[in-house]
Amino acid sequence: MQVKVRLHNPRRDLEIEGPITIINLLARLDLNREAVLVVRDGELVPGDESLSDDDSIEIRPVISGGAL
Amino acid sequence: MKCVTCRGPAIIDIRRHNSNFCAEHFIEQCHRQVRKAIEEFEMFGPDDKLLVAVSGGKDSLAIWDLLVDLGYEADGLYIGLGIGDYSDTSLDHARAYAHSRDLRLIEVDVPSTFGFDIPNGSRAAKRVPCSACGLSKRHLFDEEAIKGGYDVLITGHNLDDEAAVLFGNTLHWHTEYLGRQLPVLPARDGFPRKVKPLVRLAERETAAYCIVKGIDYLVDECPMAAGNKHLSYKNALNEIEAMSPGAKHSFYFGFLDRAAAFFEVEASIDREGLGACASCGAPTTSEICAFCRLVDRAGGQLPERTGVSAVSVDLGPTRTGSVQ
Repeated sequence: MQVKVRLHNPRRDLEIEGPITIINLLARLDLNREAVLVVRDGELVPGDESLSDDDSIEIRPVISGGAL
Repeated sequence: MKCVTCRGPAIIDIRRHNSNFCAEHFIEQCHRQVRKAIEEFEMFGPDDKLLVAVSGGKDSLAIWDLLVDLGYEADGLYIGLGIGDYSDTSLDHARAYAHSRDLRLIEVDVPSTFGFDIPNGSRAAKRVPCSACGLSKRHLFDEEAIKGGYDVLITGHNLDDEAAVLFGNTLHWHTEYLGRQLPVLPARDGFPRKVKPLVRLAERETAAYCIVKGIDYLVDECPMAAGNKHLSYKNALNEIEAMSPGAKHSFYFGFLDRAAAFFEVEASIDREGLGACASCGAPTTSEICAFCRLVDRAGGQLPERTGVSAVSVDLGPTRTGSVQ
């Protein structure tokens, strides 16, 4: 079992070895913490939380904007 | 992480405030920031008739929800732009939210009303998609607000939007736009009053607000926006923000406090000479307004729907959503 990670734009799924904190996961994926939120079962997961191998999370982008 | 208010487990950190919040106190924080923006910039009062521009995305649904929570009565306005499945899904989200809160949602469908959609119409009119889309939305927002007798048109522009537009306009010294990049644009000459009550919230916070409140918003980005300059400016500013929390806030609010007034004259010159469009009556500096010219060139551009793929676009000069 590994941490299941869903990413958007484009939508894709990854598996990462746990345990790993949200902050370290985002750093490993080279994602800016200002530009994403981490969601598990519909709830926000704080940056210092550690994910275990049976966790399934979504890394949701928050940046939007085309025609203003 | 502990909530700065109650010391319970926090769900989000907001580094520019050097604060963490639990769900309850994060919602309170959002209420506080929107209330402060409304009061500080004298956006509207309790008796004003409010219209919220709603896209089905996080910002527009968040501001509609926040206003209702704060006790305001506000209707929603959705503009269907014919961007394949993206538009269909965004309408579903807007309708679902309105239904869940028993709110009125006005719908205007560009393809069925004006005979073009954004992907094909922009190509026919030789405009980049984001330009044709922004032009159409601004025109129809104004028109529907005036037609419906609304006192104020509310848009979901957040701190990141405003900082990115300011960044682009400063980078290219579009001084005529800098003078009107304000949280409030007063009503005048056929334009409704326009306000941006989310300017004190970053878009990470508006997205978090929707998640905490259980608001189902459209997460995917518009396929036409991929690669545009506005998004690249946001990414650049977020790199700076990560190294220096509060940079976006300081950039935008510092501009409002200490620089915007220097550009008022150029902005006012740019607004002079407005007359009524000979076709639709909307305010314009030409005989025919830009939207009617777009309709004239793009009308009839409705080929079979085959979905929309991502395209790279060049926005050109960075305009605000409230350009008048």
